Amino acid sequence: MALEDRNRVVILEDRVENVSGAEFPMSFSDQGIPFTLKGFKESFDIKIIRLTPTDIEFDLIGVDASIANALRRILIAEIPTMAIEKVYMINNTGIIQDEVLAHRLGLIPIKANPDEFLWKRADEQPTDQNTIVFKLEVACSHNRDATPGEADPKMKYINSAVYSSQLVWDPRGDQEERFAMDPIRPVHEDILITKLRPGHEIICELHCEKGIGKDHAKFSPVATASYRLLPEIQILEDIIGEDAELFRDCFPPGVVDIVEENGVKRAKVVNPRKDTVSREVLRHKQFEGKVRLTRVRDHFIFNVESTGIIAPEKLISQALDVLIEKCDISKTALAQATKGNSEEDEE
Amino acid sequence: MSSQAQYGVQKSMTGVKKTGSQMSYLCAACAKPTEIKPKEPIRCHDCGHRILYKKRTPRMVQFEAR
Repeated sequence: MALEDRNRVVILEDRVENVSGAEFPMSFSDQGIPFTLKGFKESFDIKIIRLTPTDIEFDLIGVDASIANALRRILIAEIPTMAIEKVYMINNTGIIQDEVLAHRLGLIPIKANPDEFLWKRADEQPTDQNTIVFKLEVACSHNRDATPGEADPKMKYINSAVYSSQLVWDPRGDQEERFAMDPIRPVHEDILITKLRPGHEIICELHCEKGIGKDHAKFSPVATASYRLLPEIQILEDIIGEDAELFRDCFPPGVVDIVEENGVKRAKVVNPRKDTVSREVLRHKQFEGKVRLTRVRDHFIFNVESTGIIAPEKLISQALDVLIEKCDISKTALAQATKGNSEEDEE
Repeated sequence: MSSQAQYGVQKSMTGVKKTGSQMSYLCAACAKPTEIKPKEPIRCHDCGHRILYKKRTPRMVQFEAR
């Protein structure tokens, strides 16, 4: 591996090279690249590319894959949220069996700030500090106002479908005042829970508890949390004329543009992050030796989609807090372990 | 910390009604409760359907949402 390629993954026609990092001593015989805190501070950067109420796209630049992956895994599995955990079924004559219905209810994202609630251990009693109560009471019946011969169940019957909006929050203790500004409710109002027909009835009480995605996926605060490496297209030799047009068409729209200088068309890479790295360009003989596809090994493009419980920008800062907490635990554990060793040495 | 109110789940209001030797069943067609006596033909009084379901337990059942 050449020194200038040290943070590039090289994509070739039939294989991918330089996959693993070279950030360790003696990787390069001629020149070392020692890790310094100052150097890290200079190269490290986080750029927010896109932010919506549910999604965030940001670039994490200048860290090893292990850090980026830790962040991704924490986002998925270690940020707490509130989710329905216990279902007390009083009546269920619908077509979905009790346990299946309970499972479906558990997966509904509940808009409640988990920081406002305590953890509930298995041996603890539910209180207004660790439990949210919802009630679901629906019965289906014939709609007397429906026109004769009506075929649509939604018109023919009342409550033919049960939606998440029909979950009724039952505030306990001081919860009503505590959450007066932001009442606890399901994130989405239109999640279909089950379908009913006349005579069917569901009566149940639902208890939400605090948990993390490691325990059950229903507690995960993200729908997707993933990263990819920034693609890079290196043009080694000018691509001009008709070849430039073919070159542009080898990539998704917006990646390559054609610039005209003195009547000569020349291909220019404008937005490599849109590239899907399809390697189409490597199939053409005329580009052989003129183009090189790589990915930047320490430039991670994160895509995080929140379930709507926690704002995406808060998710990232919470994930980093969890990571810092983990580092602190390892640090004290290591300090204690080495302290024990040094005492042994003294003896 | 605020009040640590204890939670109790309400007991069921609807249950199997047993009046003497009569048993209440639910009709499979019209879902209306039908009371039938022993040796009486199994038939809904309301619609005449011949399939009746036994009622669900009046007890509350706990499930884990997992």
